[in-house]
Amino acid sequence: MNMPHPPFDLEALRAQFPILSRQVHGKPLIYLDSAASAQKPEPVISAQADYLRTHHANVHRGVHALSQEATDAFEAARQRIRRHLNAAHAEEILFTSGATASINLVAAAWGRTQLRAGDVVVVTRMDHHANIVPWQMVAEQTGARVVPVAVLEDGTVDEADLQRCLALQPKMVAFPHVSNVLGTVNPVACWVQAAHDVGAVVLVDGCQAVPHLPVDVQALGADFYAFSAHKAYGPTGFGVLYGKRALLEAMPPFLGGGEMIAHVDFEEGTTFAELPFKFEAGTPHISGAIACAAALDWMSSWGMEALAAHEHQLVERALAGLSAVAGIRLVGTPPERVGVVSFLLEGVHPYDVGVLLDAQGVAVRTGLHCAEPLMKHLGLPGTVRASFAAYNSPEEVDAFVAAVQRAARMLR
Amino acid sequence: MDAMEDRQAAIEREFAAFDDWTDKYELLIELGKELPGIPEERRQEDWLIRGCQSKVWLHASRNPDGTVHLEADSDAIVTKGLAGLMVRIFDGLPPSAVAQAPLWVLERIGLAAHLSPTRANGLRSMVDQIRLYGRVLALQDGSLPPAQS
Repeated sequence: MNMPHPPFDLEALRAQFPILSRQVHGKPLIYLDSAASAQKPEPVISAQADYLRTHHANVHRGVHALSQEATDAFEAARQRIRRHLNAAHAEEILFTSGATASINLVAAAWGRTQLRAGDVVVVTRMDHHANIVPWQMVAEQTGARVVPVAVLEDGTVDEADLQRCLALQPKMVAFPHVSNVLGTVNPVACWVQAAHDVGAVVLVDGCQAVPHLPVDVQALGADFYAFSAHKAYGPTGFGVLYGKRALLEAMPPFLGGGEMIAHVDFEEGTTFAELPFKFEAGTPHISGAIACAAALDWMSSWGMEALAAHEHQLVERALAGLSAVAGIRLVGTPPERVGVVSFLLEGVHPYDVGVLLDAQGVAVRTGLHCAEPLMKHLGLPGTVRASFAAYNSPEEVDAFVAAVQRAARMLR
Repeated sequence: MDAMEDRQAAIEREFAAFDDWTDKYELLIELGKELPGIPEERRQEDWLIRGCQSKVWLHASRNPDGTVHLEADSDAIVTKGLAGLMVRIFDGLPPSAVAQAPLWVLERIGLAAHLSPTRANGLRSMVDQIRLYGRVLALQDGSLPPAQS
């Protein structure tokens, strides 16, 4: 779908988000917590509602008209998501409940069969807990060990340490495309190549990349790529796991149940369905898939490049504005960054900044951001994180900076 | 106990001057700054309250006259202000009052929303812990019958 994009009209874009017109504590909402979960535009809300109102039935099994309509819409969503990620085959797109489930699926189905005692799984110290704990769990079960790559003060991965970790000849290398705390964009294709050179399989956590960047899984070369729909303007409870077909075919099922079987037989044993259904036990989140596809359509309708350019301006404006606040410490200065600015006020607990911003109508996240090892590594008690989406405006960024100024004065 | 009623009424009057949350927090920050806190070397691991994004230390002991001596501290100033509010309400009261006297002022000043167990400030946990301290001290001095424990 290479339709020409309309000129970027921020007011028109913002008008598509009903929630942006509400107030909190009597003040206009300034929502800067999109890295936790993005707000939803009208086309996503109506795609989900329309499906529930007019097309809903269970998928894949029914002979009746509604079931076939639902199945068509569901499988069209798979094709839409395949196209967005430029995956080679629709059966490489597995539907899950979110990136956490996607990563757990790989850790369990791939990890339990491929990892042996003494094997190494490499992650980074900037990973979200969702890309650490599943590996620790499977390491516990198999006797493998999880080795984290160090992160430098500027918020980038220590490339020298990465080379040292790759020299351990890991079986799996897992890392985020974009850091959820620092916004660092990692050089995925380069690391995938390096990991493949030592024979490792690569999983990329794409949660913070899909909302902000065009993602081409074939160009990146990753074996697995996971993301959650709700951070990319889509619904909660729906996520995607891209996996290379040969790897997925070799993996045993993760969850057993309906939808994932070919035949169930007590005497002759059960046989499993083909991809992608082998990994989709139970009734799936049908409206979630449809709304996720609508969210990708929505992003494409504005153009990923146009959205990225606008967000880049927001992040630069925020960095410039915050730099002028007395006593501020910006956490991480990665050369390539999307979506996120993390900071601290000297001598002030992040929680205090968070509640004072909330009182002024500004929603940010404070704390460890599900990245406790990163905070420990950087010696921080947590950070205040402002995260930006396409619907934020330069005026909101200015109001946010003014709110931080006021909070800093109050807390001095 | 009337002391606790009076203290809550005074707090209600102070907060009534503000309808903006920023101003209410300003007042909490002042309360936090006024609270003596607990020097770092005296803080003990088991005085830490769980369930807070910031750390809260809370400790109760018995004054010579049998009333409760309440001390609190936090590494976040707003949370320390909330802790200071608790100290203002409960410190120096008999254990049975600390355990049982009605606590209504948090609703009146709009802080009730902060009492939800999932809120990051741990106010709920603070109240629960103070009530528990009161109950234990009251059981020890016999001012609460064991049946009510």
